[in-house]
Amino acid sequence: MGDNQNSVLAAEYPAISDSKPVSRPRRPYWVITAERIFEGIIRLSGVSAIIFVLAIFFFVFKEAVPVLFSDNFNITQFLTSTKWYPTSAVNVRYGTFSLIIGSFSVTILAMLIAVPFGLGAAIYISEFCNKKLKETLKIIIELLAAIPSVVWGFIGMTVMSKLIVNFTNAPVGVNLLNGGLILAFMSVPIIVSIGEDALKAVPDSYREAALAMGTTKWQMIYRVLIPAAKNGLLAAVLLGIGRAVGETMAVLMATGHSVHIPLSFLDSIRTLTANIAAELGEAPAGSEHYRVLFLTGVLLFCITFIVNLTADLVIRGVRRK
Amino acid sequence: MRNPEAYKLQICTSQFFPSVARLVVAAFLISLASCGNKHGMEKINKSATIQVKGSDTMVNLAQAWAEEYKVVKPAVEIEVSGGGSGVGIAALIKGTISIANASRNMKQGEIDLAKKNTGKTPIEYIVGYDALAIYVHKDNPIEEITLEQLAQIYVENGTVKKWSQLGIKIPGAKSDKILRVSRQSSSGTYEFFRERVLNNKDFELGSLDMNGSKEVVELVGNAKTAIGYSGMGYATGHVKMLKIKNSDGMTCLPTIENTQNGNYPLARSLLLYTLDEPQGETKVYLEWTMSEAGQKIVAVNGYVPIPPGKTDSIKIQL
Repeated sequence: MGDNQNSVLAAEYPAISDSKPVSRPRRPYWVITAERIFEGIIRLSGVSAIIFVLAIFFFVFKEAVPVLFSDNFNITQFLTSTKWYPTSAVNVRYGTFSLIIGSFSVTILAMLIAVPFGLGAAIYISEFCNKKLKETLKIIIELLAAIPSVVWGFIGMTVMSKLIVNFTNAPVGVNLLNGGLILAFMSVPIIVSIGEDALKAVPDSYREAALAMGTTKWQMIYRVLIPAAKNGLLAAVLLGIGRAVGETMAVLMATGHSVHIPLSFLDSIRTLTANIAAELGEAPAGSEHYRVLFLTGVLLFCITFIVNLTADLVIRGVRRK
Repeated sequence: MRNPEAYKLQICTSQFFPSVARLVVAAFLISLASCGNKHGMEKINKSATIQVKGSDTMVNLAQAWAEEYKVVKPAVEIEVSGGGSGVGIAALIKGTISIANASRNMKQGEIDLAKKNTGKTPIEYIVGYDALAIYVHKDNPIEEITLEQLAQIYVENGTVKKWSQLGIKIPGAKSDKILRVSRQSSSGTYEFFRERVLNNKDFELGSLDMNGSKEVVELVGNAKTAIGYSGMGYATGHVKMLKIKNSDGMTCLPTIENTQNGNYPLARSLLLYTLDEPQGETKVYLEWTMSEAGQKIVAVNGYVPIPPGKTDSIKIQL
């Protein structure tokens, strides 16, 4: 019986019996080549983000750099003077301080409004609402995030500015308050979705343990959940800030476009981004004004880079835990 | 169960069909268009192209002329582009265009350069006027303003900040502060205002800088304490134009008559420049822009036409 089986095997698979090395069946060459090509493409798309960021920074910096050595330009004046007169006939001055203050003031105002709302919404969606409502809310919040910024700007310019004039004694409705509200509306969806993810990442055992200790739901949230998810929540806030600092179109339309350090919420302002958008189109290419606008771009790049880097480091902190 | 092949085929056709349909429609439209062209081509033979370039203030007017001229004389094509008065004049000096639009006069340096480069003399034609009106909200009781007051409102470190300083109390306004509405620094109107009203000094920062003539008027119409400047063609029911008071006490509104007779101080000429006496189609076109039909388009676009009977004095050899 055994012998018989062996001989059958030997007849069918000669390789087994005489143990000579035999080449494995190979896949066709074109399959292998195609695989390699796709591997290359995928690798390239992975690396491309780095290349793009470096290339953008390089080109923006390259356009800006000659002005650093110009006689009319002085980096201290650029950062600390409030006098922005790029096209003056008698005395050209490039001071961006009011623009920097403009950008920061509108961002801070937006965050003061958006952070409590955003985190509150994240906690509600993650902890309090039932499953059906949760899905609905998440879809609606994603929809809110998808509204283009020019539409927000339009809302600011028409609806919001009328409301502000009616309810305050502002002479004109396009101002810091308007821009701050619009930016808050734009950053809330980001804060909500990332904040909700951070809360979801907290293991249920934490909740169960807290409740088992006899805490109320509220105590569980602010004594256990928020400390456990604090890195993720901070990252949500920082990404919201990044969105607000870099936003252009909406603030261009809603803030009144006035170079001016705001003394109240009802003053009009101009931000760094809006200034570039408004002036770059008509500054003659290669002129000093053009280069200073690119330098403003570098400044903005640095600000958003710092914000995003902080957010990234914080997120990494979350992962390590 | 469905046969997978048939299913695939169905997907193919359903995706394919709309694009086929679109192609058919597009082809149909193209053939229609080319038919139209062919019909046109039989009758007219494009005999000349006139290149026009320059002032952004005038680009709408130049486009309107070009459109109308297509009807008047289909054989001649007018190609219009903007870029600014300086760009147009530079192109004229280089010899790449036949007509330059300008909302400012050619500078002496540019005239010399043109003569040196081309050996030709630039000729200036006044084809209309643009008057800059000072706008306030319709509820504002102010009626007239001097250029000096206007300068003190707008100039860097100016002294007039409140309406009460001009003796004005606006009914229903919540604030006394003058809300200055201006244009962004790249605008030709901004430069014109700076030159004529501020004597080339700088604006005080903190004005609301709008990026269009229409936006200025719109904002002034919505804000009771606002003042702004914009072309006279942009007036609406929500705003009021101010009379400007000259040094001799005469006041005048930016009207067509006051612009034409030179009484209104914030007016500028709309100019065309050519090199030497234009020939052929260019000459015919220039004459047409200054004819009654051409001047009607000037008025329709919100500018001031040349007064009839003054048409002989509008050509200046530089």
